Amino acid sequence: MNQTLSYDNLFKLLTAIIAASAAVILIVNAYTLSTGALPVLQRFGGYFFIGTQWNPVPGREIFGALPYLLGTLVTSAIALLIGVPLSLGIAIFLVEMAPKTVKVPISYLVELLAAVPSVIYGLWGLFVFRFWILNYIETPLSTYLGWIPVFSGTPFGLDVFSAGVILAIMIIPTVSSVSREVIQAVPDSLREAAYSIGATKWEVTRHWVLSYGRSGIFGAVILGLGRAVGETMAVTMVIGNAIGPAAVPTSLFKPSQTMSSLIANGFLEATPASLELPAYIGVGLILLLLALSINIIAHMMVTRVLKVKGGGAVE
Amino acid sequence: MKNVSKIAIALVAIAIVIGSGLGYIYFSNPSQETAILNGSGATFPYPLLESMITQYKQVKSNVQINYQAIGSGGGITALTGKTVDFAASDAPLSAADREKAPNVLHIPETIGAVTVAYNIPGAPTGLHMTGKVIADIFQGKVTKWNDPAIQNLNTGVTLPDKDIIVVHRSDGSGTTFIFTGYLSEASSDWKQAVGQGKTVAWPTGLGANGNTGVAGVVQGTPYTIGYVELAYALQNSMTVAAIQNPAGNWILPSLDSTKEAVQSVASQGLPAGNEDWSNVNVLNAPGSQAYPIVSFTYLLVYEELNVIPTMTQAKAAALVQFLWWVIHDGQQLAPDLEYAQLPSNVVQINEASIKAITFNGQQLPTT
Repeated sequence: MNQTLSYDNLFKLLTAIIAASAAVILIVNAYTLSTGALPVLQRFGGYFFIGTQWNPVPGREIFGALPYLLGTLVTSAIALLIGVPLSLGIAIFLVEMAPKTVKVPISYLVELLAAVPSVIYGLWGLFVFRFWILNYIETPLSTYLGWIPVFSGTPFGLDVFSAGVILAIMIIPTVSSVSREVIQAVPDSLREAAYSIGATKWEVTRHWVLSYGRSGIFGAVILGLGRAVGETMAVTMVIGNAIGPAAVPTSLFKPSQTMSSLIANGFLEATPASLELPAYIGVGLILLLLALSINIIAHMMVTRVLKVKGGGAVE
Repeated sequence: MKNVSKIAIALVAIAIVIGSGLGYIYFSNPSQETAILNGSGATFPYPLLESMITQYKQVKSNVQINYQAIGSGGGITALTGKTVDFAASDAPLSAADREKAPNVLHIPETIGAVTVAYNIPGAPTGLHMTGKVIADIFQGKVTKWNDPAIQNLNTGVTLPDKDIIVVHRSDGSGTTFIFTGYLSEASSDWKQAVGQGKTVAWPTGLGANGNTGVAGVVQGTPYTIGYVELAYALQNSMTVAAIQNPAGNWILPSLDSTKEAVQSVASQGLPAGNEDWSNVNVLNAPGSQAYPIVSFTYLLVYEELNVIPTMTQAKAAALVQFLWWVIHDGQQLAPDLEYAQLPSNVVQINEASIKAITFNGQQLPTT
């Protein structure tokens, strides 16, 4: 008896240490980034967050991260706008409609997409996919709707839109497989009850299944957003990597840059002992803050949704 | 009883793990004669260095060399931190770097050239361009392919009335450093507005990652212009500009015109290995057939090797012999990989530098 207890305590301690390590890693990360970025924050202050100039040439150093923050937000938004409906469609089809012979292979294939390294998506985007986007989507849009500011400019296929589409493809496996699990977890009794009062398949899915699972699906979307915000290699290869004021994403068909691609592009060859290195670390800090606030807001929204609906749902 | 046997199993498992760890340490160090040399730095000479290192295994099987292509900046940081035995850099050490890492020798091991590559459907290779015109294109001042500034240099060629799409490197790179250095020499406007750097504030155009990225975008998109390393342009058979050199000739980039550029500059004198190289400039070389956008890439080593904590007599000797081999026999590997060989007058300067390397004050044998 005594022995079991001490094993139990040991086990408790071990898991506590492991759980604490997650918090410690986050704190150490934030601390390292903050101290690393200090020189550039002291020198430029608020300009670093709202400025648009970026020039690492010695003697002309000026660093403002706003265009890349916007680039990250815009590309991630496009990814969600395209990727989430597709993912939900896949998940609903697989759970509610597909016969078993189709369901299993398609589930595997979708999950396999997640195993493709991002550099492969990037290369495919650069050498193949961008021409499809350019010829079949961007050129017609800019010819006929070019007067709308978001479609202005001459498209080359290396721009905010391409990056968003590639990101959408990359978040599909995450979002669809998590929401498939969520939809699968909706009790059959609920469906049966809905059908028994004469609901159609669409109504069952819309009003019962999705509604029941919405906090889980919201979680899946946040996971996808997390991947989109942090994705580096694939974006770097298709976003066109503009720098400075030219990188502000005023049009979908303009080259821009995200925070992670800016870091990936510049960090390796940054001149040691200059302000350039702290500037990249500062961008990393902004990225960390963005990711943290996305997660915190998501958490708050999930709990609020649950409260409002009261007993109605989940968890 | 059950618990006792579980504990016994756990103990055995732990013993196996520790034992195999010790065994690995013991057996992986069979003879003390194997010298392991570590280097890091520029990505540009990486394919050549890697090929040299592989080849060198057959010359000296007991020397193991590791080279990490982490970028010139990273290489210099590692060298000043004394965590590597040698570094490679596309740019010479600046005065500030030399203060932090005094007594470092510059040993040029190969030559880089930057080509101006373009994609105009139907236009042949060798479009004539001057440095000034290239600077104006990359600054967004010349925006059409049939602009008189380009058309007047190419009277026989019909150029299209199309917008020029500028493609530049998005990552920090020695290639950009060389190219923007050339543009700064060619155009005072460029020098004033943009300047020279591994990354600059590009006024126009789109960025692609690496030489591969720029080559890919230029080849895949009509009416683009970009700059890529000579090796990439040759391997991908890209159409490249013939650039006017100071002697007034239109020179296509090639291994020969690159080598001639270095030879003509070296014949006017280069610093000794232990002197300041930060002002060495191989751009706009005076040779009549010299390509104008050319630069050295350097191996950097300490003149007195005992400043590196992990250095031993055996390692020091192995390093000196490897360097000696790189500037002599190793050069034969260069042309196949589209790198230019060092001309003999540069090899002589390197010989003097390598002979000056010491360990605890003693000279080391070069063969």
